[in-house]
Amino acid sequence: MTVASDPFVIAGRELASRLILGTGGFPRMETLAEAIRVSGTELVTVAMRRVDPRSPHSLADVLRECGVDVLPNTAGCFTARDAVLTAGLAREAFETDWIKLEVIGDERTLLPDAPELLSAAEQLVAQGFTVLPYTTDDPVLARRLEDVGCAAVMPLGSPIGSGMGIRNTYNIQLIVERAGVPVILDAGVGTASDAALAMELGCDAVLCASAISRAQDPEAMARAIRAGVEGGRLARLAGRIPRRLHAEASSSFEGLAEL
Amino acid sequence: MIWLNGRELEGRDGVTVADLLADLGVEPQARGVAVAVDGEVVPRADWARRAVAPGARVEALTAMQGG
Repeated sequence: MTVASDPFVIAGRELASRLILGTGGFPRMETLAEAIRVSGTELVTVAMRRVDPRSPHSLADVLRECGVDVLPNTAGCFTARDAVLTAGLAREAFETDWIKLEVIGDERTLLPDAPELLSAAEQLVAQGFTVLPYTTDDPVLARRLEDVGCAAVMPLGSPIGSGMGIRNTYNIQLIVERAGVPVILDAGVGTASDAALAMELGCDAVLCASAISRAQDPEAMARAIRAGVEGGRLARLAGRIPRRLHAEASSSFEGLAEL
Repeated sequence: MIWLNGRELEGRDGVTVADLLADLGVEPQARGVAVAVDGEVVPRADWARRAVAPGARVEALTAMQGG
């Protein structure tokens, strides 16, 4: 693949940006809108929650004005049953078959519940959803999710909101090596270099929320992470030099003067 | 008695889903809203005619900020 022609395609849909933005954690709607604009993203995640009659702002309206598509998630679901029902509600609300599937197994770590996740993925694929599952960095589970028909896999770099970056680069590499669907690094990105590393490891895209929304200057961080994703992708395509223990001179010894 | 988003409503047996949504300030044509009654999605097209039985649990959801 050349740098000039480098489409990012999920389930037959081409996206111009390899950065997917999570909308969680932004202090104000204006900040969110500005971050969306400078990030260049086309796809943003939202959670499904009870209608609050006192809430003055409609997030859906803001996102429509920004011209981005909504990727609903099933955040907060702890069982396959709840996740499947939440996905059904999201499809009804947004007229999209795309769902970011999250089934959480533990409140403290927010790590995925593997058996429930796989079960929910299987049910949602059977119902015609385009399923993008948030998963652990387990290469076997990633393969199983692909086998049941998920349109992408979204392994975590480290726990949601932790900003710990990618704790096991080898597992991410193993997932990338075997995946036949896009790999989107989800969770754990703390700053631009984490996003760049994900792309250098061969991920197809990065999903990022807290690193941007909770930064001191979310707009500036949205620019930084966008640059990280783009730089990392270019580096991946360019092909980095191998790591070596000893030096390899970049200046030739040929023609060296005898002084 | 009906449960609407976890809140108990007295004396509303037999109201429609659309009536309950109106209580929440949701217009009949509102986009970005979905409803489940007792764990099943009620399509938008059925909101106006779907009567809510006594004891039913109604959840009306919309998009909120989230990762």
